[in-house]
Amino acid sequence: MPGAQERILRRRINSVKATKKITRAMELIAASRVVRAQQRANASRPYARQITKVIEDLAASGASVDHPLLREAEQVRKIAYVVLTSDRGLAGAYNSSVIRATERELQANQLAGVDYELITVGRKAAGYFRFRNYRLAATYEGISDKPTYENAREVAEFITNLFESGGVDKVILAYTEFISIASQKVTVRTFLPLVPEATIAEAGSAGAAAAYEFEPSPEAVLAALLPRYVEARLFAALLDAAASEHANRQRAMKSATDNAEDMIVRLGRQLNRARQDAITTEIMEIVAGAEGLKGSQGDDEDLLLDRLDPIHLFPQHQEQQHSAPGHV
Amino acid sequence: MTLQVELVSPEGILFAGEADMVIARTVGGGDIAFLTGHVPFVGTLATGLVKILQPGNQSQLIAAHRGFVSVSNDRVSILSDVAELSGDIDIARAEAAKARAEEELRAHSDDDEARASLRRAEVRLQAARG
Repeated sequence: MPGAQERILRRRINSVKATKKITRAMELIAASRVVRAQQRANASRPYARQITKVIEDLAASGASVDHPLLREAEQVRKIAYVVLTSDRGLAGAYNSSVIRATERELQANQLAGVDYELITVGRKAAGYFRFRNYRLAATYEGISDKPTYENAREVAEFITNLFESGGVDKVILAYTEFISIASQKVTVRTFLPLVPEATIAEAGSAGAAAAYEFEPSPEAVLAALLPRYVEARLFAALLDAAASEHANRQRAMKSATDNAEDMIVRLGRQLNRARQDAITTEIMEIVAGAEGLKGSQGDDEDLLLDRLDPIHLFPQHQEQQHSAPGHV
Repeated sequence: MTLQVELVSPEGILFAGEADMVIARTVGGGDIAFLTGHVPFVGTLATGLVKILQPGNQSQLIAAHRGFVSVSNDRVSILSDVAELSGDIDIARAEAAKARAEEELRAHSDDDEARASLRRAEVRLQAARG
């Protein structure tokens, strides 16, 4: 019969083992998802590159690049923040770092008197900001794990409308950039207006000499192109964020599995010590008991067997026994 | 001399190969055929068929619902976020979509959205049936 401490330890080891199985499975799943997310991010690149190239061509051919999405506000009075997080936790510091970077930016701008709108992707950001009584303009859930272009379009449309209607002067996108499996970086950058790209394009590229023909007109092409460009950029960010999420989860689950292994070893040692202690105590008790018996052996009265002598137990019976021969 | 053709969607490159001629329908320009030596060109695609005539009398049909076609130095890039290769089209689904759109149009004959989806379904069917 194991001691109480042993039983507790054994139960803990079993529970840690079960947890380890789960974290190990999650680690493996996340690892395979990172690869898939990376492939999707790579597959989306040619489209983004081609669209950027067309914009560059357009700018290089001297078309007037004037479009609401390119116009910078003279004074920024309201900024929309788009935060990309995940729906599920257990991804280490993945969500909290993006959320914290966004909140810091938001608060700094708020001190400068700039109003905000918040657009969250992923349950984690929505939960965080809602709990702290921030105003949420829109929340999207269920898309960050495996974003489709359709999702990107939906979010981009909302942001674009917000920007073009004049309610918002600037859109800032906060997400986790996927650099490699080992490294992801929280990035907070201006998403709209699309100023930097246009300036790069104006600086001229190799295709500047080519005189493009535009159908129906340069302005019409640009007007059709820019919303697609915004979508493609957001899609790229969503894919990056998804890959980062899985990479972070993989890492978090790997260290959880390692910790569980350490714990199992440590608890195993504790268990052995407890068992040994129990055995030692038992032996000590037996030895002490035996010693005690040996010490009192000289006194007949103290031997258990002597005490069991019927003479002591039934004195009357003894009398009867003694008197019996008299009757015969 | 052949054209290098690429059909690029946000999900990846759907088609890449050589072609003798590419025919696409642009907004405001109708069907335009591109041959080698075409001047640099950028156009917006209308909902319609893109036909890629490959060397050896083969051809690839694409149902493109919007996007761009960009031509320079004998390279034709078709960018579309809603495009399907003829082989990928689910005819039953396209027909269902067509029936739905027609139904919608009968109820509201001035529904632009329904008209557009009818057009898309028709283009899809055209592409699928060659």
